[in-house]
Amino acid sequence: MENLLNIFIKSIFVENMVFAFFLGMCSYLAVSKTVKTSMGLGIAVIFVLLITVPVNFLIEKYILQKGALVWLGEGFADVDLSFLTFIVFIAVIAAMVQLVEMIIEKFSPPLYNSLGIFLPLIAVNCAILGASLFMQEREYANIGEATVFGFGSGIGWFLAIVGIAAIREKLRYSNVPDPLKGLGITFILTGLMAIAFMGFMGITI
Amino acid sequence: MSNKEKEPIFSAKNFKLLTTPLSTNNPITIQVLGICSALAITVKLKPALVMALSVIAVISVSNVVIAALRNYIPERIRIIVQLVVIATLVILVDQILKAYAFDVSKQLSVFVGLIITNCIIMGRLEAFAMANKPWPAFLDGLGNGAGYGLILVIVSFFRELLGSGTIYGYPVIEKLGLYSIGYENNGMMILPPMALIVVGLIIWVQRGADKSLIEDK
Repeated sequence: MENLLNIFIKSIFVENMVFAFFLGMCSYLAVSKTVKTSMGLGIAVIFVLLITVPVNFLIEKYILQKGALVWLGEGFADVDLSFLTFIVFIAVIAAMVQLVEMIIEKFSPPLYNSLGIFLPLIAVNCAILGASLFMQEREYANIGEATVFGFGSGIGWFLAIVGIAAIREKLRYSNVPDPLKGLGITFILTGLMAIAFMGFMGITI
Repeated sequence: MSNKEKEPIFSAKNFKLLTTPLSTNNPITIQVLGICSALAITVKLKPALVMALSVIAVISVSNVVIAALRNYIPERIRIIVQLVVIATLVILVDQILKAYAFDVSKQLSVFVGLIITNCIIMGRLEAFAMANKPWPAFLDGLGNGAGYGLILVIVSFFRELLGSGTIYGYPVIEKLGLYSIGYENNGMMILPPMALIVVGLIIWVQRGADKSLIEDK
């Protein structure tokens, strides 16, 4: 339990997707103009990460790893499919996003309407593929750890985009030098926020 | 298409495809694409160069492939077709790096895989390759890849020089003897946040020099 909590806190604050690894920057910069839309996108990202990371964990463990196919029979013990990782992960993500979209549309039309256009965009958000690849690189022991990691990363991303959107809304009233307007100042602000998040470095429970 | 006059291989129009992404239509500072991988691997010049070359290879080849197939790809499933083409090329690049440049491949870790979701590639396929012939598409890919690489090299040059005092592993500051008169490396430059701030400053300089690029708000 302590271990899970540790992974959770770490993935939100210490190894924040945006501030420590710059993942999902494209949509982070493009969609963070208002708090409302960025909340929609943030929730969608949490949702998709929560599903794709454990699914990819199972695929990695039972199909792709060296010797993972041993449950099919002794003859498969030497099969190593790990070179297929990228293409399988991205296919799973694209399929999952599609599936999640259909499920939400069926069971919760209000949520679907509020997420709307953001769901399909998520398939090419680097944060999603990045989380799956980090999950593979860090070799989490079981599906519980992988799920918690996915969920935590999603929340970290959510915090980052809502934070920057709030700052950008306020920024409209300030006097920024002309060449820095828009993109430039957003970069520098993100840098400053990242420095603040570095204060969390090294915390463990 | 066949009755169109044959244009020379390096016509002015094609040449422009190659050069505008380097300056006024830079994928990172103007189009805001592909930031994710651009920042994380710019601590040292060497991984940044390897990354830039990998992206140039993937983007120009995938642009050609998609441009050659553009009339056969059904509209509805084009995204997945593009992803498959890109993912295949990235797997190739990853395997080549693992075989011939293992230490750099370790440093880049997940970011080689993340070329798949690099928005520059998807963006160029959608915006250019789906509507143009293979040769212009190749030039467009080359140009945009080079524009991306240019920013990577500039950022990593400053971060390596100011942060570790070296250029491409060569200890410049030490050779100049600056340590003996009290110069110290700025450890801040190695940390991730500085990548963002350096890119912000590049944007500032670029837009300051060319007023037409300023966003009006």
